[in-house]
Amino acid sequence: MAADIKELVHPLVVRVTHWINVVALLLMVASGWRIYNADPIFDFSFPDELTLGGWLAGALQWHFAAMWLLVLNGLVYVCYGIISGHFRRKLLPISPVAVLRDVRDALRGRLAHDDLSVYNAAQRAAYLALIIALIVMVLSGLAIWKPVQLYWLASLMGDYEGARLLHFFAMAAVVLIVVVHVVMVILVPRTFPTMFTGRIRRAS
Amino acid sequence: MSNKMGGSFLAHRTPQVANLERRLFLKRGLSVGALALLAGCELTDAESVQKVLWAMSGWNDRVQDWLFDPSRLAPEFPESRITRPFPFNGYYSESEVPVIDGTDYRLELGGMIRDAKPWRLPELYALPQVSQVTRHICVEGWSAIGKWSGVRFSDFLQRVGADTTAKYVGFQCADDYSTSIDMATALHPQTLLALRYADEILPPKYGFPMKLRMPTKLGFKNPKHIAAIFVTNENPGGYWEDKGYNWFSGS
Ligand code: HEM
Repeated sequence: MAADIKELVHPLVVRVTHWINVVALLLMVASGWRIYNADPIFDFSFPDELTLGGWLAGALQWHFAAMWLLVLNGLVYVCYGIISGHFRRKLLPISPVAVLRDVRDALRGRLAHDDLSVYNAAQRAAYLALIIALIVMVLSGLAIWKPVQLYWLASLMGDYEGARLLHFFAMAAVVLIVVVHVVMVILVPRTFPTMFTGRIRRAS
Repeated sequence: MSNKMGGSFLAHRTPQVANLERRLFLKRGLSVGALALLAGCELTDAESVQKVLWAMSGWNDRVQDWLFDPSRLAPEFPESRITRPFPFNGYYSESEVPVIDGTDYRLELGGMIRDAKPWRLPELYALPQVSQVTRHICVEGWSAIGKWSGVRFSDFLQRVGADTTAKYVGFQCADDYSTSIDMATALHPQTLLALRYADEILPPKYGFPMKLRMPTKLGFKNPKHIAAIFVTNENPGGYWEDKGYNWFSGS
């Protein structure tokens, strides 16, 4: 039998930034929920056990420390994705018809992800939506952090209060997509090791 | 800021990565991603975490100082947008607001100020007054629009011969509160030694006899019931700042 060939499906930059991002996002979301609890916008609070920081000041310290990790790491990933052609190769093209078909298949438990070097349309849509939601989350976060110095950013989002709402909804979108993402990884566990090793075996 | 911000600063829990998962990672060969996760686990050591977080807060002070544009004005609003009633907030409840006798009151000055004679209220009321309708943003997340009038703080600092090349202005308050700000913000045109709220003498709950109003900083940086103002090159910190809230806290 011929030796297997190892094919690279996830470049090193993508793997490293992916896992750093998981840590950064966990810190941001957990501390963000604590900050939310100090003055809930809606009629609910997040359970304290799911939050980080212990009290408002602690949560703010975490939030404003981890934001650097999230943003710098995110910049590396996005710049790499654009310049190297990784986004164009792996996330595009993306057709609405194919996305709908894949989502329907996924709900029936029949979503194809046999070739791990190619993302199916549902994955492409999810990853693109996730990247956009993260960018909106960061920009609205900047707007509520600096509504005076970055007034131009805040005024795009309906001033301080508008940006505050947008920040919440962007967080909600990110969390929702991540939950679906993790469920999909659990359903197709073969994909999990590839995000560490970057490689799949392909019979030659 | 309300009382609900009690609780232990150390009572945080960092998300742990399960051991099993970690072993799986190791078996697959340690990718740099897994290393990053392991580094995350190391950070559960409370003391070193605190150090990193305080250092990052100091770094954020510097970034905010750099971001601060001395001529950038906070948005002003028509009086119709004023939030009614304007919320009371403090580290104590409204029933514990200090009662200050205006006739005995003296504003003390100290530090790098040439003419450090105390000021009586009628003298302050006699200085040129300006007004602003601006948004007060609380560190908790809520915001409210109010109208404050008083003496432009940069005019006051000039008048008393404060050394405006110094780094900080500190505030001691009659309610045992304290805070401090950077000189650039002290000299900002919208920084007011506010003596009135909604065209009335500042009521006790909003900080009688005076508060420092800065629409370029979070609410807790706006001290009420000011008793003493001093100019210094040593960062004096403050009530909430010393407990972990970011010192600069600019908007
Ligand atoms: C424990 C949580 C997570 C696990 C186990 C996980 C796992 C994975 C795996 C296995 C892939 C590759 C999928 C494939 O090869 O078909 C992947 C890709 C991806 N994940 Fe995650 N993920 C997690 C959390 C997150 C989070 C929090 C985000 C973002 C907020 C995220 C964003 C992405 C993106 C954007 C990709 C596509 C990467 C690219 O090719 O550029 N993941 N993830």
